[in-house]
Amino acid sequence: MFHMRDKELSKLITRNLKNMNLNIQVMHVCGTHQDTIVKFGLDSIFNECGVKIIQGPGCPVCVTTPEEIETGIKLAENGVTIATFGDMVRVPGAKKSLQAVKAGGGDIRIVYGINEAVELAEKFDREGNGKEVVFMAVGFETTAPATAAVLLRELPENFSVVSCHRYIPPALVRILGMGEIALDGIIDPGHVSVIIGAKAYEEISRQYGIPQVIAGFEPIDVMMAVWMIAKQVEEGRGEVENEYTRCVAYEGNEKALKMLDEVFEPGDAKWRGFSVIERSKMVLRKKFDDFNAEKKFEDILAEMEGMEFKEPPGCRCGEVLRGLIPPAECPLFGKACNPAHPVGPCMVSVEGACNIEYRYKND
Amino acid sequence: MCLAIPGKVLSIDGNTAKIDYGEGTVRNADISLVDASVGDYVIVHAGFAIQILDAKEAKETLKIFREIIEEDNA
Repeated sequence: MFHMRDKELSKLITRNLKNMNLNIQVMHVCGTHQDTIVKFGLDSIFNECGVKIIQGPGCPVCVTTPEEIETGIKLAENGVTIATFGDMVRVPGAKKSLQAVKAGGGDIRIVYGINEAVELAEKFDREGNGKEVVFMAVGFETTAPATAAVLLRELPENFSVVSCHRYIPPALVRILGMGEIALDGIIDPGHVSVIIGAKAYEEISRQYGIPQVIAGFEPIDVMMAVWMIAKQVEEGRGEVENEYTRCVAYEGNEKALKMLDEVFEPGDAKWRGFSVIERSKMVLRKKFDDFNAEKKFEDILAEMEGMEFKEPPGCRCGEVLRGLIPPAECPLFGKACNPAHPVGPCMVSVEGACNIEYRYKND
Repeated sequence: MCLAIPGKVLSIDGNTAKIDYGEGTVRNADISLVDASVGDYVIVHAGFAIQILDAKEAKETLKIFREIIEEDNA
């Protein structure tokens, strides 16, 4: 549709990066960026240029906690139909995944988006079968506006949502604040930025003096973003720059932001691999209680109280998500843990660092 | 999951638009998050158009990048 490939330009950027004699470490927080980087071998090119590039907590399914998965499992085991994205179905909860519940007779439906889940609820409503549909809503600011838009419409009474939606900026602040990993720059996620705009990151650069560049998803976009970060490092700047101007506006998508604000409010929440991150989860506002599955099925979910939610034994997804180890450093990677038999969510999700690494380098 | 692809709005019926993704692929998308018109390019994620794409900017992206780099090298 738009021509975005240019070999000569890629070579030019690589040459420029090499001439800069870099030794920098850059984090991005997006599975789609990781896919571009590994698929096109940019990781090796960047390595040769002195740029180490790491995927942080940028995979919505990966950062979802075992407790959230267990919420879906509990509801499904009580006769509720769960509709969610394919990746979510395979993530292990405390003891099993939603897929295992399905194999045991639970009604789990894989949908492409929230609209399909609503259509299913409407169908059940017409049939008068009394069945409830719960959409497990997962995703960052890219995906959450769809949930918000739908919740602002007239909906069948048998439809509700478990919100696992999260905000990206608080996670960036946590990564930088923890200081576990030395970072010279951040590649901000293009499609999250489409919604929140460049302005959403400015406070982070002000506070931590770190260069940030919003990037698109073509190989040339990521290369250009790395060069822009390198230039900032070279010139001692720490600002927010936008490489993905064809899609990202400074203010973001104001219509979508308004809907997000109308439907959700920030709440404290755990992310897999992290302790509680303040104001990082999109919690449904009170006026949506009728469509908030955690309120609607309060009695069923009360049985989960006191349950312990541990990570799968041996799984090092937490460290992968914090950018501390590459997938191959986990002893389970490619052995006990592979896409056919994933132990942790980073191997389940097509956006997970482990899954991407395995898919392009082990297959 | 944050994968989003560009397409061209062919027609609009309420919140739903017919989107042409090229090579004969035409699908419906929800356009309630954007103020799109027929002929606009939008980027679509999980069945929702999340932004109108700046087609002029998209067409000139590579040229702009080249200019920035070459200017830096000059």
